[in-house]
Amino acid sequence: MILHELITYEVLRVIWWGLLGVLLIGFALTDGFDMGVGALLPFVGKTDIERRVAINTVGPVWEGNQVWFILGGGAIFAAWPPLYAVSFSGFYLAMFVILAAFIVRPVAFKYRSKRDDPRWRNAWDWALFASGAIPALLFGVAVGNVIQGVPFHFTDDLHTIYEGVWYMKFIGLLDPFSILAGVVSLSMLVMHGGAWLTLKAEGVVQQRARAIGSIAALVAVGSYVLAGLWMAVGVEGYRIVGDYVTNGPSNPLHFEVERTASWLTAYLDRPWIVIAPIMGVLGGGLTFLGLRAGREVSTLLFSKMAILGVISSVGLTMFPFIMPSSSDPQSSLTVWNSSSSHLTLFIMLVVTAIFMPLILMYTAWVYKVLWGKVTEADVSENSHSVY
Amino acid sequence: MEFGIVELSRMQFAMTAMYHFLFVPLTLGLSILVAIMETVYVMTNRPIWRQMTKFWGTLFGINFVLGVATGITMEFQFGMNWSYYSHYVGDIFGAPLAIEGLMAFFLEATFVGLFFFGWDKLSKVAHLAVAWLVAIGSNFSALWILIANGWMQNPVGAEFNPMTMRMEMTDFFAVLFNEVAQAKFVHTVSAGYVTASVFVIGVSAWYLLKGRHIELARRSITVGAAFGLASAFSVVLLGDESGYSATHSQKMKLAAIEAMWETHEAPAPFNLIGFPDQEARETHYAIEIPWAMGLIGTRSLTTEIPGINDLVAQAEERIRSGLIAYEALLEVRENRDATDPAVMATFEAHSADLGFAFLLKKYVDNPLDATEAQILAAADDTVPTVWPLFWAFRLMVGLGFGFIGTMLYFFYRASFKGMNFPRPALHLAVWMIPAPWIAAELGWFVAEFGRQPWTVDGVLPTAMSVSALSMTEVALTLAGFILFYTVLFIIEMGLMLKYIRKGPFQDVEETAAWNTRHNDRLAGRRNADAIAMPAE
Repeated sequence: MILHELITYEVLRVIWWGLLGVLLIGFALTDGFDMGVGALLPFVGKTDIERRVAINTVGPVWEGNQVWFILGGGAIFAAWPPLYAVSFSGFYLAMFVILAAFIVRPVAFKYRSKRDDPRWRNAWDWALFASGAIPALLFGVAVGNVIQGVPFHFTDDLHTIYEGVWYMKFIGLLDPFSILAGVVSLSMLVMHGGAWLTLKAEGVVQQRARAIGSIAALVAVGSYVLAGLWMAVGVEGYRIVGDYVTNGPSNPLHFEVERTASWLTAYLDRPWIVIAPIMGVLGGGLTFLGLRAGREVSTLLFSKMAILGVISSVGLTMFPFIMPSSSDPQSSLTVWNSSSSHLTLFIMLVVTAIFMPLILMYTAWVYKVLWGKVTEADVSENSHSVY
Repeated sequence: MEFGIVELSRMQFAMTAMYHFLFVPLTLGLSILVAIMETVYVMTNRPIWRQMTKFWGTLFGINFVLGVATGITMEFQFGMNWSYYSHYVGDIFGAPLAIEGLMAFFLEATFVGLFFFGWDKLSKVAHLAVAWLVAIGSNFSALWILIANGWMQNPVGAEFNPMTMRMEMTDFFAVLFNEVAQAKFVHTVSAGYVTASVFVIGVSAWYLLKGRHIELARRSITVGAAFGLASAFSVVLLGDESGYSATHSQKMKLAAIEAMWETHEAPAPFNLIGFPDQEARETHYAIEIPWAMGLIGTRSLTTEIPGINDLVAQAEERIRSGLIAYEALLEVRENRDATDPAVMATFEAHSADLGFAFLLKKYVDNPLDATEAQILAAADDTVPTVWPLFWAFRLMVGLGFGFIGTMLYFFYRASFKGMNFPRPALHLAVWMIPAPWIAAELGWFVAEFGRQPWTVDGVLPTAMSVSALSMTEVALTLAGFILFYTVLFIIEMGLMLKYIRKGPFQDVEETAAWNTRHNDRLAGRRNADAIAMPAE
């Protein structure tokens, strides 16, 4: 096959770096409000029927939303195999916690209202809360660690070796900067969940979601700005040195990398990327105002803008780095050394170009069919068929 | 055998994969059965069929959610526990997994919510389309997963790249149309259809024994038996196709299943039963069917099937060839583009056997340091443990033929005896319910255990594939999964039984009223057939 030569290896790598971002953002925009609603559940719903309203706002869609997470895993495996191998085994126990949350959550949605026993329902409500809040926090913590670099290196055979004893690989993730990053992601997704509930619920559930969501919006903006300032003064960056090729074989050991004073020098090299943090801060601020004013559709759009800005700012700032190594910078994974082969990237791009628009189309259709508020009356009338 | 990180990681993978496959077959089959029932409803407009759709749909939902939840573990644990595997073959293996997400999983997961929540929001035909999209999505999922698994059994369309130290794709269509993958796909989905048919027939039989929901149960058995009969034939035929493709792609697995130690003059006999002895390399008390193995395996009377001893001798040759490749690889890695073309040519001539040199990594860090004795031991390692494969395979095949018999019988009673089923047959149907699950798990055991000591046949040994994790970490997650999955299993079974006992609970009055009218109309006509009776 020579068709794949139509697009150079270098360009394909950049496209797939962008698609990695699209997947993460797609996941945060859709499954993000499911997690946010889960984290908000005990606070917006005090009675069983209020909680059922909140759950049923995401009831028909969480399953499709969760596929973004699974597709994210599959796409990283297909397009960035070294990243898949290093990050998932490096964050082993944290990944297990996230998996546990993503396994409990579907079961909790589906099984919660299948029995009338209040203890049964209460237990599942806590499961929904934990499986929303904990991954929302841990995703940010993981990003915080990636920004600072993760301690691993490659052997000559490209086996990955992690530095340190096993429990430090888990507890060691929780350094102050990473916890701050965790606060950013948790508050951002709670804000998003609040914006979703404002659109889909009414009455007391909506009021509480607006109140908590607007606080979360403030926390998100504040912690994001703080993390940015911290990166300016307290977090070292990385850069590739010496001659290197951007269309060569994917082997991290072929590159030289050194530490720099700060990641934020990227904003001097390519000033246009400042649009991302501006969208993040502006989106968060507008979401706060929208929630206060009780605007429904536009608030959700502002919240989406905030998420888009925050996530893309991380990727754009670190480019071309994807997962730097703190203990052996030369092992760092970058766009130029950790992709699949030219042919695989091309085939996956063709498949994505065919199916992604289809997915977006039928997902939009499903949301359109389900458009409108979920009310207490809806839930009690269809008690058998809804959650 | 020494118990280390490799064994512990394998235990975790086996546990989570086999647990996942408790839910998958029922999802595959029941999604289609439910869609068929809804099709009948839309065509005939009879409320009983809508009730059947909703009732089996509820059970489908309880099962589906655990299939999805436990599938997440599968998607992520290659990277978590098998990171060298992920690095080494991700360029090929990752693609079908990602395509599965894009093409199939998104489809089923997006529409499954609408299936349950959309009854009042969609027209009848639109809702039917949603049901079929869920079924198609589930079945496409299986296609891509089996293309990925088929590649592990028969790694076509890829070659080793010394610059990146991994396998890279050279021909996507070879991966896609891998004969092993295609046979496995149809075999596996057919097994799912049989599972769902046995489940539907068994639960319905229980209702008939209790004298409850008779209308629903008799119609369900009729649908289940017709669908199950076709599927039971398909599962056995495609199992045979898998065996046939194994004669040229996985000779060792085939010889081990068959406990065939020596190459037999063609056509080889089939060991019906016997007691394989790994130490002595012979099978005691074997009862042979002459010619059968040769016919099944090669579909000819003249082609030989190699025995285990000959295959071990071939493996030894390939280890020696692999060592030449390994020595050249070290030089290529050192000099990169400046490598002497002669060395490069040597590497390319032997690179197909590189994986065999890696078998020595179990004994020595540098395969080039291996002693003669270690090379012989590594060649011996290419033989999987024979007796569990031998027996698991025979049990699976026996069950497969049992399903054909059962389905034939129920299809006959449903079609020609006016949907009347004798009580002993109904009891049998209830007791049969676990059988397809046992057969499916045995099938995966034969496929995966039979491939050992490789994760990718002839390319990457299992021992080399694991992540550099501590025993404590894997022990913790294994304990976590066991605890967690056990609790979920108890909850799932509890709910399943609760909803089976409860029976259909939606549209009850409407259906009962229609039923009375329908029976009255039937009574008014002599010799009227319940199924052929035209709609109101």
